[in-house]
Amino acid sequence: MKQLSPATRARYFRRQLVDRLMGGLCIFAAGVGLLLLALILWMLFSNGLAGLSLEVFTKPMSQPGSGGGLANAIVGSLLQVGVGAMIGAPLGMMVGVYLSEVGKESRFASVVRFVNDILLSAPSVLIGLFVYQIAVLPFGGFSGFAGSIALALIAMPIVARTTEDILRLVPQAYRDGAVALGSRENEVVRKVVLPAAFGGILTGVLLAVARIAGETAPLLFTSLGNDVWSLDMTQPMASLPMAIVRYSNTPYPEWVSLAWTGAMLITVGVLVLNILSRFSYAAVAGKQGG
Amino acid sequence: MLATMTTETQSSNAPRATPLQAMRVAASAGPAIVSPTRITLEKINAFYDQKQALFDVNLEIPDNSVTAFIGASGCGKSTLLRCLNRMNDTIPGARVEGAIRMDGTDINAPEIDAVQVRTRIGMVFQKPNPFPMSIYDNIAYGPRAHKIHESKAELDEIVEKSLRRAALWDEVKDRLNKSGLGLSGGQQQRLVIARTLAVSPAVILMDEPCSALDPIATAHIEALIDQLREHTCIVIVTHSMAQAARVSQRTAFFHMGKLIESGPTDQIFTMPKLEQTQDYITGRFG
Repeated sequence: MKQLSPATRARYFRRQLVDRLMGGLCIFAAGVGLLLLALILWMLFSNGLAGLSLEVFTKPMSQPGSGGGLANAIVGSLLQVGVGAMIGAPLGMMVGVYLSEVGKESRFASVVRFVNDILLSAPSVLIGLFVYQIAVLPFGGFSGFAGSIALALIAMPIVARTTEDILRLVPQAYRDGAVALGSRENEVVRKVVLPAAFGGILTGVLLAVARIAGETAPLLFTSLGNDVWSLDMTQPMASLPMAIVRYSNTPYPEWVSLAWTGAMLITVGVLVLNILSRFSYAAVAGKQGG
Repeated sequence: MLATMTTETQSSNAPRATPLQAMRVAASAGPAIVSPTRITLEKINAFYDQKQALFDVNLEIPDNSVTAFIGASGCGKSTLLRCLNRMNDTIPGARVEGAIRMDGTDINAPEIDAVQVRTRIGMVFQKPNPFPMSIYDNIAYGPRAHKIHESKAELDEIVEKSLRRAALWDEVKDRLNKSGLGLSGGQQQRLVIARTLAVSPAVILMDEPCSALDPIATAHIEALIDQLREHTCIVIVTHSMAQAARVSQRTAFFHMGKLIESGPTDQIFTMPKLEQTQDYITGRFG
C-alpha cells in the first residue's frame, strides 16, 4: 500500500473515529429502547401472571372477596373493538383509496389529507367527548355502540393513512398496464391495485385494531364500563381498559391484581395482532413475489 | 383525399372515414408498402400543460409491419406512441390536437370510448410489468375484464394460444399458477406481450420493450415481434439504431417534437433524404 501523507492519515483516522462513534450511539439508543420495553414487560408479567386464573375468563367482575373475573370486560372489549374496526376500517380504506387513486394532488384531496392527519393526532379524550355529544346525550345514556363509534373514529384515520401509503407503493406500471388493457379506473383499483396492496392494508388494519384495543379515554365518556355481565350494545358496556382504570385505583389487593392481569391480557393481545400482521404481510407478499 | 383538418380532442365533428377510404390511402402510400394503412396521423400537436411536445406530425402507419420511432430522448416519440392508444388521457394537463384515425375512425372522437380504443390498440411498456398474480391470471386479465370468453375451457384456450404466440408456453405451461413475478425479465416481457395478445388487439405499441433486457432476451423479443407482425400492426419506440434496423420495415425519425423524416427502414438507414437524419443514425448526435 502507498504511504499516506500525515494530513491524509489524520483525516482518515478522524473519519473512522466519527463513524464508530455514530454507530455506537445508534446501538446505544436502540439498547435503551429495548431495555425500557423489557422492563415494562417484566413488570407487567410478574404482576399480571399472579392474578391469572380460569376465573378471569369465565366470571364477570364482582365485589372484592367474591372471586370475580374479567369475563365481561374481555367480551365487552372484543365486541366494542370488533364493531369499531368494522366501522372504521372500511371507511379508512375508502378514504385511503380516494386519496391515492382518485383525488391524488387535487385541492379537495389535500384538504382531506390534512384533516385526516389532524384526526390522526387528535387527543383520544377529545374524540370521546365528541362522541358523547353525538351518540350518548341524544340517545339518553352510555352504550357499547357509542364506545364502538369512538374507537372507529380513532381507527379510521390510521387505516386511511396506511392505506394511502401502501397504495402509493404500488408501482405505477401496474396501473399503466391495466389501463393499457382497457380497464376502467374502478377496475384498475379493484382488480390490480388493491390486490397488490392487500397484505399491507391488512397490516394497517391489524395495527389500528391493536391501537384501539388499548384505548381508555374514548370509552370513558361513551361506553362507561359495566360491572355486570351484558352483551347489550345499547347499554353501558365493560371493557378491559375501563376495568383496569376502575380496579387499579382501589385498596383491594385482589382488584389491583386483576387490573395487572387485564393489562397483561391487552398487551398479549396487541402482541399477537402485531405478529399476525407480520405473518399476513409475509404470506401475501410470498404469494405474489417470485 | 382526406381533407387536412385539425380537430380538438373533445370537440371533434370530423366526418367518419370509411374503411374503403383507408384502403385508398394505402394505395397511394407508395410502392414500398404492400400493406394497407392502419393508422393515419394528421397534424398531431400534443401539449403537457403549456409545453408543446409534438408539432404538426403527419404519418401513416401500415398494417402487418413494424414501424420504428427513433430520435433522441425528449424528441416526442414516446408522447406520440401514448397518443395512439389515448394513454395520455390519464396524465393531467395532457392535450392532443389533430386527427388520429384507425381504419378511418377518429380515436379521439367524442363517441369513442378510450377503453374501446385500448382494447384494439395494446401497449407494452419499457419495464416488464406483470401484475402480482399468477401467470394464468395475468393472461386472463383482459379476457375477463372484457368478457371475451364464454366458458372456462374457452378462457384456458385463450391463455394457451396467447402464451404460444408470445413463444412462452413451453417455458411456463407447468407453472401457470405460479406468480408472474417469478419469471426472468425477458420472460416477464413476453408474458406482458401475451397478456396484450389475449384481447386480440389490431395494433401493439411498444415503448422501448427491450431496454431493460439482456441481449439474449432482446433477441427473443425481436424474433417475436417479427412473427407478430403477420397478424398485427406494430409500432415500436427504440433508442437502439441497430434494433430499429433489425425489426422494422418503416422508420420515423423525430427531433424536438417534429417528425423529420419517415420512410422504409432500408432507405432511412442507407440513404436518408436529410442530413439531420443521417447525423442521428450515424451517431453524430443524440
